[in-house]
Parts: sequence; C-alpha cells; structure tokens
Amino acid sequence: MQEVQTSSDRARPRQPLKAWFDVRGHRLGSWAFALNRLTGLGLTLYLFLHLGVLSLLLQGEAAWDDFVALARSPFFLTLDVILIFGFLFHGLNGIRVALVGMGLAVNAQRTLFWTLMVIGAVLLIISAILVFTV
Amino acid sequence: MSEREVQFKVFRYKQGQSTPRYETFTVKVDENTTVLVALQDIRRDQDPTLILRHSCHHASCGTCGMRINGQEQLACVVKVVELGTPEVVVEPLQNLPVLSDLVVDMSGFYERYTTPDMAYVRQSEFLAGAKAPEGIKAYERYENCLECGCCVSACPIAGSDDGYLGPAALAAAWRVVEEPRTGDPKYALAWADQPKGCWRCHVAFECSEVCPSQVYPGEAIMSLRKELTRRKFRRFFGRGG
Repeated sequence: MQEVQTSSDRARPRQPLKAWFDVRGHRLGSWAFALNRLTGLGLTLYLFLHLGVLSLLLQGEAAWDDFVALARSPFFLTLDVILIFGFLFHGLNGIRVALVGMGLAVNAQRTLFWTLMVIGAVLLIISAILVFTV
Repeated sequence: MSEREVQFKVFRYKQGQSTPRYETFTVKVDENTTVLVALQDIRRDQDPTLILRHSCHHASCGTCGMRINGQEQLACVVKVVELGTPEVVVEPLQNLPVLSDLVVDMSGFYERYTTPDMAYVRQSEFLAGAKAPEGIKAYERYENCLECGCCVSACPIAGSDDGYLGPAALAAAWRVVEEPRTGDPKYALAWADQPKGCWRCHVAFECSEVCPSQVYPGEAIMSLRKELTRRKFRRFFGRGG
C-alpha cells in the first residue's frame, strides 16, 4: 500500500484543537462533532473526579457527610444536571455515529440526530426535575 | 444595475513571510458580480500581486474553491450581493498548504488519486440516455467531483490528521467499488480499509454539506464502511468476501 504524502503549511501550522472546536461557519454535523468531543472529555474528567470523591470514604463518615452536604447545594445540583446533559448527548449522539458509521440510516442521519436529541431533551428535563425535587 | 461598495478582507501570504495577514479592499459590485470577478477586479485595479486561481467561471473546473465568509465555496458562482454582508472575508482553503495568498498546494490532494487500479471513467463516456447498469440506482458518481478541495477544507479530521486520506479520495474509492468497470474493487476497498482511511471519518458530514457538485463524500465513506463490514462478517463466518 503506497504511503500518503503529508505536508506542512508554514502560513498556517496545523491546529488540531481548532479543527475540532472552531465551528464558525460550519453546520449541524460539526456542532455535533465538537460537542461530542467536549462531552467526551468532560465525562472522562468526571470519572476521575468521581473516583477522587469516592476516596473520601477512606477518611471516615464525617468527611463523607461533609461532602454530601456540599453536594446538595444548588450549585452542585446544577453541575449534576450539566453532567446528565453530557451523558445524554454523548450517549445518544454516539448511537447515531455508531449506526451511521456502519452504513445504517445514512440518508436519515439528520432526522436520526434530531429524534435522539428530542428524546435526550425530554430525559434531561425529567432528570433536572428529579435532581432538584427528590 | 445599481452599484454599491463592498469591503473585501483578503488573506495575504507570500513564501518567506513569517505570518499571514489580512488586507482590506473596497470594490464596486452590482447584483451580478461574483466573488471571483471582484477578486479579479482587485488584482487588475488595486493590487496585481494578489494571487488566486481560476479557470472556467462556471463551476465546472473547481479551481476557484476558497473560503468565503468562513464557508467553502466556488468563488465563481457566489454573488457578492447575495452574501448580504458589508464585508466579505476571503481565505484560501484550509488543510492544504498555502502557496501564495488564496492559492493552496493541491499536490497532496491529487496524490491520493494516483493509487493504482483505481481507474476513473468520465460521465461523458456514456451515451446520452444510457440506462444505469443493474445494481446501480442512478448516475450519481465520482466523476461529478470537480477536485476543488472544498470537502478536505471543511473536514475536521483532515484538519487534525495530515495522513487522513480525505473525503474526496475516499469518495473516489467508493466510486470504483460501486461500478468497477475494468478494475477489481478489492484494491480500492483494501486501500480505504486502513486506519487513516474510511474508518478515520467521524461522521461530521461537513464534506457533503460543502460539496458544490453533489458527490456526497460523507455518504460514500459510509457506503465503504458498510461494504467492508459486510465483507468482514462474511469472511468471519467463512463465506468468503
């Protein structure tokens, strides 16, 4: 298999993060692409934070109770809702990417995206109500 | 025809300069003035050092692909007035090295097409009224591709991975698989079935959005994946492929 030629641009050095996240002038697909990466990074960060928080259990009941009291503040509950948004967007858009990426529902991918987003929005609203009321 | 003045903020870069800059020109336009004509007016009347590439003036050759107000388009068919902005920002295509001002080096782009055993057949080789062969829905084919590079410029993966084969070349590969003609589609499939090939795409579909010639590269890449997946499954279950 022949090697593909690569080249450097002296005027505009490659900026991978800009390519991922600069969605100015772009359309729905790029927004979904960028948000999928952003939520993916956020969820990875959350995983480590979660493990860190769980390690408070090693410090005894008092330390854990102090954290739980803090976690029930409106600020932390808002963070919970943002977290749920990340889970829902990443998961539901991931379903679209997986299906379309296997060649399924390619021509309906835009409809599939909006359908999944509507489902996600409903689940997010229900989740937010539960987070702030239960 | 009523004329009005429009500001053109144009990307400028010459070999040897450390960084690019933007230069603003004022151009009189009417309702029929295209971005390409306005750029030619700038070159003729204001700055003969402005370098741009063009040929046919009717969206056939694909040489005037550039970013106009942040979107990849053919400058020859974009009317300035219809953009509706007091200032028009004109930049070279992204993800391809700038040679001078609005001209990019297309050699890496073309190099991806020189893969052996991928013979492309021009649509003009078919007789008028010829029916699509069995198994082909319609003539929606690679040879529609103008090789303008707009799809590569818009692709977020091409922007982050220099080795990615890119939407245009992969659409070409699918074209060979879809209608092999004289060649064996296995080579095109094997060529696309590499880590920097069709599997590198992340389904943003920007390529299909900006394509000025209805090639739909994103859909072609997904078709490659589907065909490869089908063949791998068949092979896995001992049914060849």
